[in-house]
Amino acid sequence: MRFLILAATVVAACPVAAQDIQGRNLAAPCAICHGTEGRNPSKDLVPLAGLPADYIVRQLVDFRDGKRPATVMHQIAKGYTGPQINALAAWFAAQKR
Amino acid sequence: MKRRDFLKLAGATAGASSLAGLAGCASAVPSRARVVVIGGGFGGATVAKYIRMWNPSIDVVLVEREGSFTSCPISNLVLAGYSSMQEITTGYEGLRRHGVQVVRDDVVAVDAAKKTVRLARGGDIAYERLVVSPGVDFTFNDVQGYEAAMQSGRVLHAWKAGQQTVDLRRQLEQMRDGGVYILSVPLAPYRCPPGPYERASMVAAYFKQAKPRSKVLVLDANPDVTSKAGLFKAAWKDLYPGILEYRGNAKAVGVDPAAMTVKLEVEDVKGDVLNVVPPHRAGNIALQAGLITTNNRWCDVDWRTMESKAVPGVHVLGDATLSAPAMPKSASMANNHAKIAAAAIVEILGGRTPAPMQILNTCYSFVSQKEAIRVSSVHAWDEKDRTLKAVPGSGGVSAARTEAEGTYAWNWARTIWADSLA
Repeated sequence: MRFLILAATVVAACPVAAQDIQGRNLAAPCAICHGTEGRNPSKDLVPLAGLPADYIVRQLVDFRDGKRPATVMHQIAKGYTGPQINALAAWFAAQKR
Repeated sequence: MKRRDFLKLAGATAGASSLAGLAGCASAVPSRARVVVIGGGFGGATVAKYIRMWNPSIDVVLVEREGSFTSCPISNLVLAGYSSMQEITTGYEGLRRHGVQVVRDDVVAVDAAKKTVRLARGGDIAYERLVVSPGVDFTFNDVQGYEAAMQSGRVLHAWKAGQQTVDLRRQLEQMRDGGVYILSVPLAPYRCPPGPYERASMVAAYFKQAKPRSKVLVLDANPDVTSKAGLFKAAWKDLYPGILEYRGNAKAVGVDPAAMTVKLEVEDVKGDVLNVVPPHRAGNIALQAGLITTNNRWCDVDWRTMESKAVPGVHVLGDATLSAPAMPKSASMANNHAKIAAAAIVEILGGRTPAPMQILNTCYSFVSQKEAIRVSSVHAWDEKDRTLKAVPGSGGVSAARTEAEGTYAWNWARTIWADSLA
């Protein structure tokens, strides 16, 4: 038991890879509507956690280019570059549902 | 033996597990923490939670004077009878589950040289990094007679959700049909730019249902509606003709609770319910801690870390900040300021240099019981101007008021409450 706690502490204290932090930080503001780490219990929005990265990228690009209708996401997606979209999509895809 | 000495001893002898047990107990106040957070609103709660999520080895103490969180967003719906105080109130158990030690107290002083905060009930807490998320307080003296009138209950602001929200709802319910509700709006910047216009809409919706001969009179110190103007004005024209009247350039300089008037620069206006929102500044503890840098009101920060430009080692969040260009004082912004600060503090305490973050804002306003309108923006670090700036071409407002936006508004509210507190 003590070993497990120690192990957990060591894992938690390990610095997260810089790439993950970039994706995590880009994704974090989305939580105001999509829920912490993309887990939103609401029935009104699709949970982002665990969605395939290429699916998230496609939706954001389609929102940005006006190909998928939206109430708000067309305006927000225009604030993100291609590499930013790839990074946050990869991060959401890696989260547990 | 002093209580804190006893706790130290208890911790030393009984080990960490019993200390963790004590953390849930109201009387257990630690004498130090790597991070201390002042204020448990959208900014303070979120930074405490996210630091614990992003590095659970960092201990976080949050000091908050209230026993639970009451949301300003949706509180205008309580005034109309479309929501309840219970619905907009959230406890701090969620933060405790993240391992945040929530202390119910008031911080009365910050000693940035010694890196300690002093509690009203006595005792200091030492910190490595301090986060101050104090919200706003009011400059009552800008409106002659305000404080006495507020104490008497004849004038309310209800601009911090809580008892005044309950009191204002009661006044609206008790007002005679045919009465006049006055909402006085201070000069920008103030908390929640669209908030006054949502409130005017909600009270008008209530009058339309319950006392249709009554009037809503908006006296705005600003020359025009400061947020989503086209959408609000269209809703007022379509939904509340003859009920809601808007006057710009109408700054309240005083109140007379005996005559029930709001004093403008050139005339007095009489009403039955006086809802006068005074101008704001950063919350009192920011003033005491020397964090206010600008116009005697707001706290300038480094937008890469939210660290104060006045006091090193102290991060300031939310409405108390000197807003970056085109950045509203909103719940969404405070929540996302907190994520900038959480990421930066985790990096700084780990001996690394934080990278700038990009954040976004979304604010919904109800214009009727079911329909809402929205404004959004994306804010990115600008290396040349060294601030967060709205990304060109991004953001905007709703195409029209719709029930779909109303559904998304409720989703936003419930989700941001959970993102901040659960």
